[in-house]
Amino acid sequence: MKEAMLNVRGISKDFGGLKALNNVSFEVGEREVVGLIGPNGSGKTTLFEIINGFYLPSHGSVECCGQRITGLLPHEIARRGIGRTFQIVRLFPKLTVLENLLVAEQHLKGELLLHALLKLRHVEAEDRANKEKALKLLELVELGHKKNELAENLSYGQQKLLEIARALALEPRILLLDEPDAGLNPTIARKVFNVVKELKKEGKSVLMIEHDMETVMGLCDRVVVLDFGEKIAEGTPKEIQANEKVLEAYLGKVKK
Amino acid sequence: MWSEFFAVLPQLLMNGLIAGGIYSLIAIGYTMIYGILRFINFAYGEIAMVGAYAAYTAIVWLHWPLWAGVLAALAVCSLLGVAIDFVAYKPLRKANRLSSLITAIAVSLLLQNLVALFYGNEIKTFREGPVEQGMNFFGAFITPTQVTIIATAFLLMAGLYWFVAKTKLGKAIRATADDMELAKVVGIDSEKVIRTTFALGSGLAAAAGVLIALEQNIEPTMGVMPGIKAFTAAVVGGIGSIQGAMLGGMLIGLVENIGIWFLPSGYKDAIAFVVLIFFLMFKPKGLLGGKLEEDVRK
Repeated sequence: MKEAMLNVRGISKDFGGLKALNNVSFEVGEREVVGLIGPNGSGKTTLFEIINGFYLPSHGSVECCGQRITGLLPHEIARRGIGRTFQIVRLFPKLTVLENLLVAEQHLKGELLLHALLKLRHVEAEDRANKEKALKLLELVELGHKKNELAENLSYGQQKLLEIARALALEPRILLLDEPDAGLNPTIARKVFNVVKELKKEGKSVLMIEHDMETVMGLCDRVVVLDFGEKIAEGTPKEIQANEKVLEAYLGKVKK
Repeated sequence: MWSEFFAVLPQLLMNGLIAGGIYSLIAIGYTMIYGILRFINFAYGEIAMVGAYAAYTAIVWLHWPLWAGVLAALAVCSLLGVAIDFVAYKPLRKANRLSSLITAIAVSLLLQNLVALFYGNEIKTFREGPVEQGMNFFGAFITPTQVTIIATAFLLMAGLYWFVAKTKLGKAIRATADDMELAKVVGIDSEKVIRTTFALGSGLAAAAGVLIALEQNIEPTMGVMPGIKAFTAAVVGGIGSIQGAMLGGMLIGLVENIGIWFLPSGYKDAIAFVVLIFFLMFKPKGLLGGKLEEDVRK
């Protein structure tokens, strides 16, 4: 069997007495888009925070391409190839649109103080290549014309798109998207949908938290369902839609 | 009165630029570290003092040329800044910011006393030979040393500005100041950014220390007043803003030197603080300070 891009193994997380996650396991394979769904408070975002290293799990571990990443620092995990976005947009507001992408392009010689100061020729060539790459990403999210604008001056929808581009600038092996279309008007939500679809076509591995069932049906190969911190179902979107436990979890929430 | 004032104005402006350049160099360190860690590293004044002593050691004791002495001071203080961070501030990274602030004051006292212990409390001087002849420059008398001071200060500031605006590491510094947690998510090593920032800020402070020493005497407490004035400059310019620190330093230097034409010269130090109080009352965010909610977010 091929190595999974992301392997979540028996993750549990306690906050004091509260069990936010309980023994959650699943995989995201190469070129696979996996949806992570579940009612509010079911632990989806907590799981993201564990994957990217903000929280340490109480039990279990996460592997990326067969290598354990649990216990590494967040920036090390990012460099191992895990890019993420946030439920509520997070950008560098005082950096330009282009700079928001450039800071995410890593492993560069220009990072070393001496190299940067001497501005060696190969650093310059690298800078140019990076800039081209960043501009290409901006084209993908249709923000090329805004490249020199400060990120804080973009509309919310544009910021959401820029955030996805920023996560991609890291050239991640796996992309974690936390509700990429939350709070967007239908036009922009459609754009986001198309961008993710494009990524899927390019063969990127994606784990996305999503509420909208239509989006999940349209994008995801597989779906993992969390409820009260436990995985209650896993399968194709079709299977999940017919799953009784899942319906219960959601309808229970509607009744409240 | 006014005709006399305008006659000496070029001289006052020149003196203001010299003092302002020195304040600006130290203020940049304050503002950059504040931007990232949200505390004031009060030790920068003392780092400037150590820079002056390092240059003194190289030039007077070891007979190195001036430029080598300056480079030695920059190197020593950059390392010192990183070492201070490692020993004193890094263990407090997650603690209350007030703890770092108090630690910074302790570091200042420690540096003053270490230098006093090693070099003694007495005043020392770099200068040799006869007093320099000033050149007449638009009605102001300026010595070659003063030209060196102004040129060095401006070159270093321009260099820093370029570094932060254009280089990869500079962008990483700005990104970390914007949102440290997010910086980690995009793979920026925030500790490396912090080390770099301490090295840069301390290097600039060292340069300021050497520039002070070129004109004045050196003693272990020489960093205190410039340090406090530079802090004032950083606040007046808008703490967290690098251009603000440069602007604030120039403003304090100019106001101080123009002000003493109207006031007895004993009031010189008071002028900077009156400016500070004025800004805290009417424009607490300073000349180029960002929105206040930025601070609230962190």
